[in-house]
Amino acid sequence: MSDKLYPVAIEVNGTRRTLQVPARLSLVDCLRDELRLTGTHIGCEHGICGACSVLLDGEPVRSCLMFAVQADGHKVTTVEGLANTDGTPGILQDSFCEKHALQCGYCTPGMLIAAHALLAEIKQPTDAEIRVAIGGNLCRCTGYQQIVDAVKLAAARLSTQATDGFKNG
Amino acid sequence: MKAASFDYVRAASITEACELLRQDGGDVKLIAGGQSLTPMMAMRLTRPSRLVDINEIDALKFIKLDNNTARIGACTRQCVVAADNALAARVPLLRRALAWVGHTQTRNRGTLGGSLAHADPAAELPLVAQVLDARLQIRSTSGTRTLPASEFFIGPLTTALEAHECLEEIYWPVWTEHRTGCAFTEVSRRHGDFAIIEACAQIAVDADGRCMRASFGLGGGGTIPLAFPALAATLIGTQLDDAVLKGVTQDAAAELDPGGDLHASAGYRKHLAAVLATRVLRAAYDEAYGKA
Repeated sequence: MSDKLYPVAIEVNGTRRTLQVPARLSLVDCLRDELRLTGTHIGCEHGICGACSVLLDGEPVRSCLMFAVQADGHKVTTVEGLANTDGTPGILQDSFCEKHALQCGYCTPGMLIAAHALLAEIKQPTDAEIRVAIGGNLCRCTGYQQIVDAVKLAAARLSTQATDGFKNG
Repeated sequence: MKAASFDYVRAASITEACELLRQDGGDVKLIAGGQSLTPMMAMRLTRPSRLVDINEIDALKFIKLDNNTARIGACTRQCVVAADNALAARVPLLRRALAWVGHTQTRNRGTLGGSLAHADPAAELPLVAQVLDARLQIRSTSGTRTLPASEFFIGPLTTALEAHECLEEIYWPVWTEHRTGCAFTEVSRRHGDFAIIEACAQIAVDADGRCMRASFGLGGGGTIPLAFPALAATLIGTQLDDAVLKGVTQDAAAELDPGGDLHASAGYRKHLAAVLATRVLRAAYDEAYGKA
């Protein structure tokens, strides 16, 4: 046992961040407490709720199920990284607002990450594909239908503005 | 819900991982995808003093195919296994099963070998290993040994792996019969959860629809997932008519020893086991016979 610190270098939302972390520090705690990126939420802390989803090297993973030290040398995209470069909400985020796809907002960062990864892979997903993609994310306000609607709206908008405001993690 | 303190070592090779395991004694754990180990550490169900991380060992991530065998490196991600079309053509049960394993976020990180070595009694991949009679190659500093799945799984979260050993590679037999079909199903509280009962089957038939080869198994009904080779052998030569299926699946369910809990009584699980075994055998047969 030790509280030894380990040097890590993680590219977070396009910026290289270097810090010293104890091995037990989860990636989500590192993002929130060390890097002050509080957009990623902590829900269950054991891999059930999906609120802490981030992109690791472009693929959605649960940041509570990884230790920060394991992310050394990798790229992480958080919900902050989904915004436009000027900080305004991206098309997917706007679509969530417009379709009332959030009530309390706790699950929203995870939903956005899951939906973003889906739309990066499938440009025009079916309802079933959307439901599978967000199947690992719990919403306790039971807003799933509006979330599906928002992802469909974003897909439609992105197809007409394919290059504007939508970045691949 | 935070893991206890531990030391961390990122192994650069399987040789280094085995050496680290040998040096450390009993309190060290390998971490692969960590989708089961990390929550267990967060809940303090396990408190290793050191983690040896094998995630960066590229030599443990591969899918190699030949006519009779698919070889998959232990640290190959579940999403990679599920996406491989050439693998799905030879060992279709893996993709079928992986559709039931967790969610996109966990399959992106979770590994094939990690799931097998974790050996949850209701996990999907250990059941497929049992039904297909997979062989598991295990490495330590003193060399390698290979075990059939039937000798690898010992009990809940318990395998034949010694503390100083690392699962290296899994061999999946390829059924070369043209008319081969397979099926996987389960009942769980929500999709992606561990199964209350899970079942899978693979069947090969001749041009007249007579069963030439059969294997099936059930998970969630006891300490380890089980295949039933003796019962499956009684299907050979039959066309899996209702009476045959009923006898075989009820005999299989009778071999289970499920516990009852809040979600399902022992009696319900036994009933479900026979029902799901019937469904996968029928579906696998129909798929096989449907091939021209």
